[in-house]
Amino acid sequence: MTSVDQLLKTPIHQWHAEHHGRMVDFAGWSMPVQYNSIMDEHHQTRNAVGLFDVSHMGRLFFSGTGIDQFLDSLTTRRVAGVDVGRIRYSLMTNEKGGILDDVLVYHLPDSEGQPFHMMVVNASNREKIVNWLNEHIPTGSDIALEDRTLSTAMIAVQGPKANAMVAGLCSVNPADLKYYTGTAAKIGDHPVILSRTGYTGEDGCELIVDSEVALDVWETLMQSAVDEGGGATGLAARDTLRLEAAMPLYGHELNEETNAAQTDLKFAINLKDRDFIGRNAIVAANENPNLPIRIGLELEGKRAARENCAIIAQGNRVGTVTSGTFAPTLQKSISMGYVDRSAAEPGTELEIDIRGKRATARVVKLPFYTRD
Amino acid sequence: MNPEQLLYAESHEWVHVDENNGEKIATIGISAHAVEALTDLVYMDLPAVGTTVTAGEPFGEVESVKATSELYSPVDGEVTEVNATLPDNLEILGDDPYVQGWIVKVKLSSEDALGKLLDHAAYEKMCSGS
Repeated sequence: MTSVDQLLKTPIHQWHAEHHGRMVDFAGWSMPVQYNSIMDEHHQTRNAVGLFDVSHMGRLFFSGTGIDQFLDSLTTRRVAGVDVGRIRYSLMTNEKGGILDDVLVYHLPDSEGQPFHMMVVNASNREKIVNWLNEHIPTGSDIALEDRTLSTAMIAVQGPKANAMVAGLCSVNPADLKYYTGTAAKIGDHPVILSRTGYTGEDGCELIVDSEVALDVWETLMQSAVDEGGGATGLAARDTLRLEAAMPLYGHELNEETNAAQTDLKFAINLKDRDFIGRNAIVAANENPNLPIRIGLELEGKRAARENCAIIAQGNRVGTVTSGTFAPTLQKSISMGYVDRSAAEPGTELEIDIRGKRATARVVKLPFYTRD
Repeated sequence: MNPEQLLYAESHEWVHVDENNGEKIATIGISAHAVEALTDLVYMDLPAVGTTVTAGEPFGEVESVKATSELYSPVDGEVTEVNATLPDNLEILGDDPYVQGWIVKVKLSSEDALGKLLDHAAYEKMCSGS
């Protein structure tokens, strides 16, 4: 465990500490896991608006020529040739098809309307991905990568009231952006990168701002959020929200030992007429009936299965839980995990070994939760 | 029960010992501090009446949205009663951890473990981290 004073701090850190934020080490960052009740923070995001400091996520900016072809050679999803304004969720894989990270690739207009590329990566993978990208820049290319994680902040505004709330403060109404698009905008005098993205299963947007103005933007947003019946939301509720929406989390559903083909993220894997690192291994894994695949489980009772619990069918281990929680919106215990294909059909009844006691579970279609 | 008159384990369980027909009965719960630290309780697993418990060993578990925590017995003995209404009404632990929120009663087989428990002042000092 890293000692607290060695942890990285976001520009909003002091605010969290002053507002009951329980600060924990998350991927080397001191982050608020919760302020008060995880359930309340979860519900305020589903019902009104939750504000999340997600500045620990890595923000990488690219310059040079041929960036989209370069990125396209490293992502499971086609990111070359996409329109300016669009953002794509993709995996990055190694030669074995193992997942290095799940990322967002942005192709956005800057404040002068000039297109640029950036990428948001997981905090835990930032250094690895920076190195991976740098290693793969073609010889003689002028492509350069700038890691602006420490000079910027990122704030997610999520929930049914999020976009209308931000519309009252921002030069661009997020509701006028299509899903997974973004643009340069302003909050007051502060330039922001605004995108209609998120990780909660709710509508909403995310803002990237310079570190110096991050606290000011956060406090402005907070004032409106509280007026709307929402407020600051910690990483614990972010986890229950994303789990209900069945969004994978790196280090749980995704890791280097898991092939992209196993993840049930077909929308993020384009194999036709293109090449990228890991493609052939993903094609091979698609045809391998012995590889476990990602599924969702609903459990009987309120007890939650946690990571690494064994999944059992007729007395035999058929898989492993990767995430589980009591789901505040669904009021059920839910899990994601990987199981043999024979046990993956929705409706299949299985058992989960939770610290020595068996719980009955049923395979369900993902996501667990979809907003109206 | 008045929290100032209870004994506490470092693992945040409280104990109150009564004498009944020459038998020593310990009532056990978890402190308000523990409830506050856990937050968002959703599940509690209690032992059956008749279970033998050992000081320092788990006798049940309590689960919050975020994590599962074991309940450690502060005493040695045999469970004589469990608060069966508690698992379906975990909000009681937040509202009234020292009276309605009692968890189990244990007939002591030995009083040795009581000497290792903290009084209220010492427990408060531990919780405030000083």
